[in-house]
Amino acid sequence: MADVKTAKKKSRDEQGNYIFNRRFEPFGYLIPFALGLIVFTIYPIVNVVIMAFKEKYRLSGRYDGFGLYNFEYVLANDDFRNALSNTFLYVFTVVPIATVLAILIANLLNQKIRGMAIFQTAYFLPMVTSSIAVGLSWRYIFNTQVGVLNWILSVFGINAVDWLGASGARAPWNIVAVIIFGIWNMLPFTIILLLSGLQNIDPMYYTAARVDGAGSRMMFFRITVPLLAPTIFLTMIINMISAFKVYNEIIPFWSGRPGAMNNVYTMVYFIKEQFYSKDRLGFAAAAAIILFLIIFAFTMLQRFVQRRFRY
Amino acid sequence: MHVRIDHLTKRFGDFTAVDDFNMDFDDGKLTALLGPSGCGKSTMLNMLSGILPVTEGHIYFDEDDVTGMPPQDRGVGLVFQNYALYPHMTVLENIAFPLEIKKVPKTERLEKAKEMAKLVHVDTLLDRRPGALSGGQQQRVAIARALIKEPRLLLLDEPLSNLDARLRLEMREEIRRIQLRTGVTTIFVTHDQEEAMSICDKIVLMKDGILQQEDAPQELYDDPHNLFVANFLGNPPINNIEGVIRDNAFVTRDSAVTIRYRNFSKDLPEGREVILGIRAEAAIISRDETHDFTGRIKSRYTMGKEELAFLNLGDQEIRVYLSTEYEDKPGEDANFHLRSKGVFLFDKETGERI
Ligand SMILES: Nc1ncnc2c1ncn2[C@@H]1O[C@H](COP(=O)(O)OP(=O)(O)OP(=O)(O)O)[C@@H](O)[C@H]1O
Ligand SMILES: [Mg+2]
Repeated sequence: MADVKTAKKKSRDEQGNYIFNRRFEPFGYLIPFALGLIVFTIYPIVNVVIMAFKEKYRLSGRYDGFGLYNFEYVLANDDFRNALSNTFLYVFTVVPIATVLAILIANLLNQKIRGMAIFQTAYFLPMVTSSIAVGLSWRYIFNTQVGVLNWILSVFGINAVDWLGASGARAPWNIVAVIIFGIWNMLPFTIILLLSGLQNIDPMYYTAARVDGAGSRMMFFRITVPLLAPTIFLTMIINMISAFKVYNEIIPFWSGRPGAMNNVYTMVYFIKEQFYSKDRLGFAAAAAIILFLIIFAFTMLQRFVQRRFRY
Repeated sequence: MHVRIDHLTKRFGDFTAVDDFNMDFDDGKLTALLGPSGCGKSTMLNMLSGILPVTEGHIYFDEDDVTGMPPQDRGVGLVFQNYALYPHMTVLENIAFPLEIKKVPKTERLEKAKEMAKLVHVDTLLDRRPGALSGGQQQRVAIARALIKEPRLLLLDEPLSNLDARLRLEMREEIRRIQLRTGVTTIFVTHDQEEAMSICDKIVLMKDGILQQEDAPQELYDDPHNLFVANFLGNPPINNIEGVIRDNAFVTRDSAVTIRYRNFSKDLPEGREVILGIRAEAAIISRDETHDFTGRIKSRYTMGKEELAFLNLGDQEIRVYLSTEYEDKPGEDANFHLRSKGVFLFDKETGERI
């Protein structure tokens, strides 16, 4: 009798173990990934937030408690305000212009014309090259004396523009050069996404419209654009996020400085400078959080608008 | 509008999809283009709409040669197999779109669109997007969109193939109602013979790009020009019995059964291999000893008001109807008369009617 009892008890224990294993074993497999996530993503983020609210934080580790001093300082700082307005100017020129150009080019590339494969490759080349390396070659394109861009302008009778130089009050052409380069840099990725969006539009819609007498303009605005709208919004969100973080597009032109007269100062530049050059980790962290909140707000806004375009 | 096609041919490379068609589509009538999958129905329709260029031959709308005319100038309304409704527009916008293209003022075109919506009974759904409509509703919207510009010719490419059985029945009546109401010349593509038989004024039956026969549905059924036509129409399908002509009578291939039929021509080609087509309803049980042929009952299935019986004619099998009060059991022989309709002889090799 006793034997039977212990046997029963044992088997129940085993069963309990089995259920325990079934329930918790999956988490075991998650541990390596979760560890990576915690160490390399969550911990730094938490740390940035803590740094941003610590007052007078130094690498030495002394601080006087928590507060909003870092934010107050950053928001009142002229460099930061300058960075903010430059970044906004960059985002709200580069993203819309790149989007419109990408729609037009994707539409052209989507036509069935012989030799299109060569054009397609050419357009996607920038995507597989580093933007800093490409930026270096654009430095020559923008060159005032021997640059291709000024040469082309001269063909149209336009005087040489000092794209990267320090001429004029606050060198206004510097940011224009960055914007042109930013647009060019953004195009390939955007075109690829839009092209796949275009290829998902059923050609029967165009046939139907053509039988009813629609011209190509009508088809573009009443069929292509609305049906492409979800993809357009997707690329705009992604591009806007990356444009707010503009930095790589600037350093090749002035050997690491933000413009010929420190006039193309951007948010990420400010963060980097506070962090590395000035050793003000609290200010850097506060600026990073402000940048995050701005991006977050615009992303939410776009998602909200996008909802109207789901069919 | 009267449509005439003259030596109309379409080739894709070496492949001939539509081969030398000559025929008329009558003004104000509903004509079906009927045939198995891949026989060139859509190709034909697309040439009429102008979407596909013609390889050879001509298309006339009334007296005008429209062969090279671009689709938008032809004044045709087209309903696609999967409707092609614009997913980002509401029902009302979809219906009004052909007028929007023509730059008709907004209030006027919306007025007209509502009128069309009423005609096809979707006037309660005007603000919905196509994604929120059932298949039948989408089809009505597609028809309204095709009709709004008052086309001279309405073309429908298998408009019912996406619907379930009950809705198909309902919608084919609906198409007929709308067609009669508007009086528009309509060409309707289908591979379903019952659909074509039930609502069309005329059926154009095609196979492998070749016109087989064009006629009113009943004519086509009662007087098929070849074996393909006879086999394509009718449910249950017509019985095919293989045999030869001997002494002006049909003898099954194993010589087991001889059929003499009063309507056979007097000089059938002696010794020719033939196929005898008998529609199931053309054989009726004989109450006395007179008969056209005898078969052995193999099995019987009730179909409600009557029974379907399988008969053995030698080594071949045919289907006939029996009334339920007829008592013979499977295994017994039964005598049958043949009616004057529904019995045809075809040449075995060419399939042509003899
Ligand atoms: N663009 C094309 N290139 C080559 N062959 C084609 C082309 N379009 C159609 N065909 C061929 O022509 C034949 C007729 O095609 P069609 O679409 O007219 O058939 P269908 O009668 O409408 O068939 P279904 O009932 O399946 O729609 C088919 O064999 C098809 O493969
Ligand atoms: Mg077809």
